[in-house]
This record gives sequence, C-alpha cells and structure tokens, in this order.
Amino acid sequence: MSTRMAFLLCGMATVLMQMAFAENGSLRLPKTVEAGNSFSIQSTGSGKATLYIIGPEQVLKRDVQLGETALFPAGSLYNAGHYIVALAAESFTENDSLDVEPLSQPADLSFLARPSRLQVSLQDGITGAVYVFDAYHNLIAEPMPISFELSNPTGTVQKRVVVTRNGAAWTGMDSTAQQGIDKFVARTGGILSTRVVGQVPGDPCGLKMSAREAGKQVQLATDPVRDCNGNAVPDGTIVTFTEAYSGAQSTVDVPLKHGFAEVQMSVHSGAIFSVASGVVLGNQIRWGK
Amino acid sequence: MNKGYLLAVSLAAATVAFVVIGIVWPVPSAVAYAGRGALLRSSSTPEAAVENLGEDIRTQAWQKAYTGLANRAQFTEPEFVHDLTGYYPSLLTYSTLDKFEVRPLHASGNEAEIELKLQWSTVVGASVSTRNLRVVKNGDRWEPEWPIVKEPIVPPQVIPVNYLRWDVIYRGAGDDWGAQDVEAPHVRIVDMHPVERADGVVILGELLNEDVVPAYVSVTATLLSKNQSPIATEGSFDKISHLLLPKQVTPFLIKFPNVELSEVGSVRMAPLSTLVSASADPVIEIDNEQLHPAPGASLTGQLINQSGQVVNVAHVLGTFYDKSGQVIWIADEYIDRALSPQNPVPFEIHIPEDLARSVSSQRTVIATYSSGGSQ
Repeated sequence: MSTRMAFLLCGMATVLMQMAFAENGSLRLPKTVEAGNSFSIQSTGSGKATLYIIGPEQVLKRDVQLGETALFPAGSLYNAGHYIVALAAESFTENDSLDVEPLSQPADLSFLARPSRLQVSLQDGITGAVYVFDAYHNLIAEPMPISFELSNPTGTVQKRVVVTRNGAAWTGMDSTAQQGIDKFVARTGGILSTRVVGQVPGDPCGLKMSAREAGKQVQLATDPVRDCNGNAVPDGTIVTFTEAYSGAQSTVDVPLKHGFAEVQMSVHSGAIFSVASGVVLGNQIRWGK
Repeated sequence: MNKGYLLAVSLAAATVAFVVIGIVWPVPSAVAYAGRGALLRSSSTPEAAVENLGEDIRTQAWQKAYTGLANRAQFTEPEFVHDLTGYYPSLLTYSTLDKFEVRPLHASGNEAEIELKLQWSTVVGASVSTRNLRVVKNGDRWEPEWPIVKEPIVPPQVIPVNYLRWDVIYRGAGDDWGAQDVEAPHVRIVDMHPVERADGVVILGELLNEDVVPAYVSVTATLLSKNQSPIATEGSFDKISHLLLPKQVTPFLIKFPNVELSEVGSVRMAPLSTLVSASADPVIEIDNEQLHPAPGASLTGQLINQSGQVVNVAHVLGTFYDKSGQVIWIADEYIDRALSPQNPVPFEIHIPEDLARSVSSQRTVIATYSSGGSQ
C-alpha cells in the first residue's frame, strides 16, 4: 500500500514538474560570443516574456515568445565582458550569463612612445608600449606578437618582437649616435602605428674658441660646436664667454648661430678668456702680456 | 549711569572738536600727504632747498621742481623728468618716490654739496638711487643744481636680428589617445645645499637646462624632518631666472623663515619645467664685473644690451662661490632703468658681510623682460 502510494506521489510530482517547466520556460544560450557576431537565445515554454541582456556599457531588451528562438543580428553586442541574461515573464524570472569576447583579429594599436625627444646614444632611452584592440576597441587579451621597429634617417633599424601579455607589450630601444627624427613603428597582423622620436645632440664636446683683434676689441668665436658623436649642437644653445682681468671679469651668454658663437669683448692686457656651455668647459686664451 | 553718560558725551564732543580743528588748521604734512600741497619750507638753507626739491619729486610736481633748479638752462623739463623716470618704459616709469633723505656733505657761504637719497617704490620692491647735488646761493635763497644724466637716445635705425626663436604647438583635444605631446624640457639641479642664516634656512643651488629647447623653470623645495614628515614647502619665486635657453644655468634661492637647520632631516627638491615660446634675443653683456670686499661688500658691473631691442626690466642674479667652488650665496638686483642698445647701465649687488670674505669667484646671469612679454 505504502509502495503504491509512493509511486503515485512520484508520478504526480514528475507531471507537475514537467507542467511547470513547460510554463516557465528555460534559456539556452551560448556561453561565449565574439564581439559583433550574431547569436541566438532559445527559450522553452509558452507565453510572452521579456529578455534582458545587461553588460558593460550595453543593455539590450527584447520581447520574446517563449518557446521560440530570439535572433540577435551582427553588431548587437560589441563590448567585451560578462553579460547577465534575464528572462522575465509575469510569473517567473530566469537568469543566466554569457561572455562577449574580443575579436581575435586586431584592428587598432594604441602606441605610446616616450620620450618624444631625447639625447643621442642613450641605452634603453626610448620606451614603446602597445595595447592591441579589435574593431570594436576591445582590448585583445590573447597573446600575439608585436613587432617594434625604430629607424633613423641614416637607415639604421632596431627591431624587437614582443608577445603581448594581457593585451599589452612594451620594449626599450637605444637612441642612436646620429641626431634626427626617428620613426618608431609598432606592427601586428597588418596593423601598424607610427610615432616619431626626435634624437637631439648631446652636450658640446671639445668646445674650442679662437680670438683675434678687432679694433679696440677682441673678437671671440668658437669652432663649429659639436657633441661627442659629431652632431652639430643646435642653434640657440647658450655659450658663455668670460674674460678675467686684473681682479675683474666680464661675461656674455651668447646663443649659437649657424653652428658657432661669437662675441666682441673689450681688450685688457693679460686677460684670460674662457668659454663654456652648460657644464662643459672649453679652452682658455691668454691675451697680450 | 550718569557718570557714564557724561563720559560718552565728553568723548564725542572732544572728537568733534579735534576733527574740526584738523580740518580748519591742518598740519602741513597732512596737507602734503592729502595731495593738496607740499611739505615745503623756505629755501633759506641748502638742506631746505634740497628737501623742497625732494618733496616736489615725491608729489610729481615736475614743473615746480624744474623751475626751482639753478641750472635749469642746461636742460629741458622733459629731460629732467626723463632723468628721474626713465626715457624708455622701465621700473621707474611705474614707481613713486616713497621717501627721501638729505645729507649735507660740505658747505660754504655761497655753495654747498648735499646728498639726496631717493627711495622709490617699484613693483618689485624698493629701489634706491643717490644723487649728489651742488646747491648755490641766489640772493637770499638757495637753489639746487640737478646733476642731469642724459640718457643716450638710440638714433632711428634698422638693426637686423636673426637669432633663433622657438614656437610651440601643443597636442590638440581631438588627438588620438596615444598621440605624443611635445616633451617638457629636461632640466637638472646641478648643485643644491641648505645653509643656516639668522632668519632661517636657505636652500641654494643651480639648475641647468640640458635640453635643446627653451624652458620656463621654477624650483620648489620641501624640508623634511628627521622622521620624514614635511616641515615646510617654499618656492624660488623671483630668486631664479625663469627662462632658460638650451644649456643655460640659473641659480636659485629658496628661503624658509623661522626654521632651524638642526630640525631638517632631508630636503625634497621639485624642479618644474615647461616648454615655452622664446627668443634667443636679446644678448646682454655683463662688463667689468668686480667683487668689492667688506665693508660694503658688493659685486658691481655694467650691463650692455648687444641687441637692437630695448630691454625694459633687467634682473641681475649673482652666484657666489667659495674656493672649493661651492655656492655660498645668491643675490640679485633689479635694474630700474631700461637697457637701450649699446648703452652701459651699472649694477650693484650687495653681499652679506659675513660671507664676503669667503667669496672666491662669482657668476652672473641676467633675466630680461621686454614690453610685450617675457623674452
């Protein structure tokens, strides 16, 4: 009797559960969707319901008929991230989730190159950092090789290949001995981004001046001012001429013009002329007796 | 109650009485300071004559001052005014005479020599100039002779200037997120150390623009106690040349009043540099610099503007080193007159007496300002 009763109760429960399932519906949806791709969500049951898809910076709302398949065309979901899917009917609510993943094909590189200007011959002086994005500007976290190339006008090229980690890759490059505007290129999957890095001369090297009489004055002029790699120090760089004589001193800060600096100073017998630029000292000249 | 009322009425009556007396019979100085008259007295003595002249200059009664001069035939009134306020716009142009002092040097029956010390209030502080005046007796009056210094006028001409000029284009708001902006100039503190003075701690140092572009610079220092907590933060303000051309060095001085060096555990320095548009012009020669020992220790010299542009304000900064080459003091002076091309203008920077003996060498830099912006 009791066994018969138990079978009866189990049978009723199964029937009730099947009835409830048929009325409430259930969601069948992909666990992952590539950004921008079409996808569908299937529900079971009967009646009307509203489907909500809630994720980062995007919310979709769709009226659905339970038991039918809701189609979402390409471009519906494009921001990568975790989405909550909620099916709301009058008598029940059901939740699930799906992940929107970035496209595997890169479409854009954000390339940070620093500094934009630096002295020549500095080891690891230039830093390049790349972030890889897909067509919907989602960061592509899958590892992918990035090719970095730094080329200067003389044709010297430095190359590095770095695999991205969590969507980013970075490298250090040396500035070359030659001044000029270098092209710094980051490239992956046919996408490239270019930055320019100005390599500028270093401190003057072997600063030398000469003196000649010019009437009642003495004309001081430097040789063309170059750094230790032979690059011409740019015009506008300050060169300081100093004249020391019998306990007194005269100084003039002169900017380089056409590669050299010149100035006229008063003549004092026994005067010592010296030249400097920044922290670099040049030669000295003793004038007269 | 009655006593209090009586006192209040008495005070009110006394106040009204004094106000009426002050209005009807004001003291001469009050009249002078109200601008309705001058604090003048009869020129019956050489000192009184020079005091009257000083008072006329203070109230900018140029015509009255000029007509009272014994040697007015030697120059015009505009030349006299230009001698006092400058021919070209300068610090003096926008200053007022705050006070003056008269000191007799020597005197005879018909002639005397008086020192007139003029203290001008300028936008950068007080500026003192001293003139020695010959005073002559004319009848029963004494009349001063103004020692006119006629500023050389630059004749009309065209001076070609082709020094470099830097202009800057910064990144725009619509630029790509990763796009580069122009790099800030690279500057470096090449020397820095704190010293203790009577009024507090002073940070002395030098800053180098090691870049190839001009930089607007300033330096901020934070004193940290021995447990690394901040004591105070101060900036260099105007004790620095703010515009540094490539490879140029400026001294800087930062004062921390009422702080003792023994409280300081370390100093955090923060040099700031910004890329600015600038010109390599004008070039200023510092001629005939001489260190004068104590007493009255000073650095003197002359500034010669080698360019064609008039420099309205020049700021002279002197860095003083000891025998080991360490900076021991930084002092400055604003030149109250404009620097016209090729005309030497003297300067004098005072050095503290206690440091003067230790000064072995010095270096001078000039910051210049021309109307239309900083150069």
